[in-house]
Amino acid sequence: MPGRSLGDARARHPALAIDEADPAGDAAALQRLAHWCQRYSPWTVPHGSDAILLDLTGCAHLRGGEANLAGELIERLRRQDIAGRAAIADTVGAAWAVARCGGAESAVVPPEAARSTIAALPVAALRLDPVLAIELERLGLRRVGDLYALPRAALAARFGEGLAARLDQALGVAAEPLSPLPPVPARWMQRRFAEPIGTPEALADALQRLLERLCVVLGEDMLGARRLVLICHRVDGVAAQVTVGTARPTRDPSHLFRLFAERLAMIDPGLGIEDMVLAAMSVQRLAAVQLRLAAPARVQPATARGKIVPFPGDKAVARQVARALLAAEDRDRDIGDAAELAALVDRLANRLGLPSVGRLEPHQSHVPERAQRFVPAFAPSQNTWRVDPPRPIRLLSHPEPVQAVALMPDDPPILFRWRRLPHRVRRADGPERLCGEWWFGGREAGVLRDYYRVEDEAGRRFWLYRDGLFLPTAEPRWFLHGLFA
Amino acid sequence: MPVAERSGRLAALRRRLEALERTGRQDWAVLPFALPAIDRVLPGKGLALGTLHEVAGTGPEEEDGAVAAAFLGGILARLKPALPVLWCLAESDLYGPGLVALGLDTRRLVMAQARHQREVLWAMEEGLRTSALAAVIGELDVLSLPASRRLLLAAEASGVTGFALRRWRDGGRAAAQRLAPNAAQTRWRVKALPGDVADGEPGIGRARWQVELWRCRGGDVPTSWMVEACDATGHVSLAAALVDRPPAWQPTYRVG
Repeated sequence: MPGRSLGDARARHPALAIDEADPAGDAAALQRLAHWCQRYSPWTVPHGSDAILLDLTGCAHLRGGEANLAGELIERLRRQDIAGRAAIADTVGAAWAVARCGGAESAVVPPEAARSTIAALPVAALRLDPVLAIELERLGLRRVGDLYALPRAALAARFGEGLAARLDQALGVAAEPLSPLPPVPARWMQRRFAEPIGTPEALADALQRLLERLCVVLGEDMLGARRLVLICHRVDGVAAQVTVGTARPTRDPSHLFRLFAERLAMIDPGLGIEDMVLAAMSVQRLAAVQLRLAAPARVQPATARGKIVPFPGDKAVARQVARALLAAEDRDRDIGDAAELAALVDRLANRLGLPSVGRLEPHQSHVPERAQRFVPAFAPSQNTWRVDPPRPIRLLSHPEPVQAVALMPDDPPILFRWRRLPHRVRRADGPERLCGEWWFGGREAGVLRDYYRVEDEAGRRFWLYRDGLFLPTAEPRWFLHGLFA
Repeated sequence: MPVAERSGRLAALRRRLEALERTGRQDWAVLPFALPAIDRVLPGKGLALGTLHEVAGTGPEEEDGAVAAAFLGGILARLKPALPVLWCLAESDLYGPGLVALGLDTRRLVMAQARHQREVLWAMEEGLRTSALAAVIGELDVLSLPASRRLLLAAEASGVTGFALRRWRDGGRAAAQRLAPNAAQTRWRVKALPGDVADGEPGIGRARWQVELWRCRGGDVPTSWMVEACDATGHVSLAAALVDRPPAWQPTYRVG
């Protein structure tokens, strides 16, 4: 009961459990809870002393809709012994009002319905100063809806800009941007310098030490870094930062140092750097294997066999030991090779950009431009390519229009002109008729292409198609889509 | 000069030339074409590994690089099949189904898409310094002598084979670049030839190429062969018309 003294409360309930107020602890707990809420949306921020705001734009469908998301959130909080109420609305103000005063444990305000929904709620739902709320109630302005009819100028003059602003925020007339919490690094290391440093050598040295310490910490928890950020705080208060990413989790300091080394030159030390923070923003489990960057020394199987075999006479045992040794050596080499490849992919990706390094992967589609996808280098692979009928080795990213002459409606062209050069067709194969993927929507329903493999007089082979069925009324349109070898 | 002394001197000179040409390497790991006609010409009886090779198209194919890519794809399909391959390119028009048809497993193929030629060169060199690869291919417009020497040295140090797939934007650039000297061990030109399908038969048949080796250190060049395009295992074969014919007349003189 707010406002009652502790003595009164104890007199009524002698068994009352008492805890000291701990605002700082509460704020920290709320901050932690806001981070926990990032499972629903990356954009979360604590609000006031007892609320958390989530920007759910584009996130709700991942949890089966807004109502499901709100219900799941409350249920999960309850399992942690946290009582909570959730409301989803167009504006922060409306969601706050419905959560506080709406009555339901979780509620969804339909789009554009904020105005009518909060009209019936008490004025305190507008995030007002309690004194102001009591004053409004004394004047008979009990519901939010009562304020709608009043002239704005009078409202501002009588109760101050705060009330009008809160009303505008709740109705979406005034913007109320949220600043999300910065992501929390999984592991981090910091180094402060007694004297600001500025030379590239000093920077590199400091980075190396930070990396070594961070990798030890990662190793203790069997983790590998996927994304690292280096933040350099300059004496003039400017913070410069560089980020590197890895294709596979790693905690090899020398590899990570090489990734950073190229970016280090981009840091402008200014008058000096007084503080460096190295944070692993994203980590993954990494079992304790000895990763080698240098090529592993290949053990000669014969000598290894000779050294270790305990009973020269027992051939079965000797064979077993030799096999185990060879298998261990193979595994070692595989691990070494895989680590070396991962290191190469990282170096390429950090210079060329992460999406620029990858593999070609088949995709279940008969439309030629969709039959392959570019996936990250270490993505799981299907390898279910279709090789029949033959496909070109180079596929133009956009089919190029060509001028072509065909004798009969369904015949391949006998002559076509591509990139200003005429080609006389000597042999042709086709047509192979491919339709658009009509099941994905109406746009492709009528798309139809007749593909021909043709060879010109010089022996070059092309993949041409005619767009659509042959119609006597329209000039057929021909395109060149690929090149055979 | 007595005959014995002369032949001894000649042998010493030959050894010295060989050592110079092979940049000091004596052990040649090679990948044979499994075609005696081609392997005979190459030193070590096959395509040398751990060095740099150059492959280009001919005529308009210098721009699109389709035949050159297929010729290389066949080589890659057979080159150390357990190890991955890095393909550096500036234009992304390589098509997976076409590569798979040459026997190249796309799970082995790591592609690096660069924005410009300098990055292609950089990516190639990074790849050539990594011994966990079977080969590195770069689609290159400009390849200067110093740049090619860098690639060659990296390849020799790691044992990874480098291939420069030459591809020029237009005929003018091709004319300016195609004969420019570089440090490649071998330089190839491939050209599409009309297929061998009798009149009246349907289809277009297997493609045929003219493969020309016009520069090869320690090899008997220039020379060229008419071959049938790579099959599903990446092998080229002699064109059918040539198999049963007497060997072509070989000139006994060489220029240059």
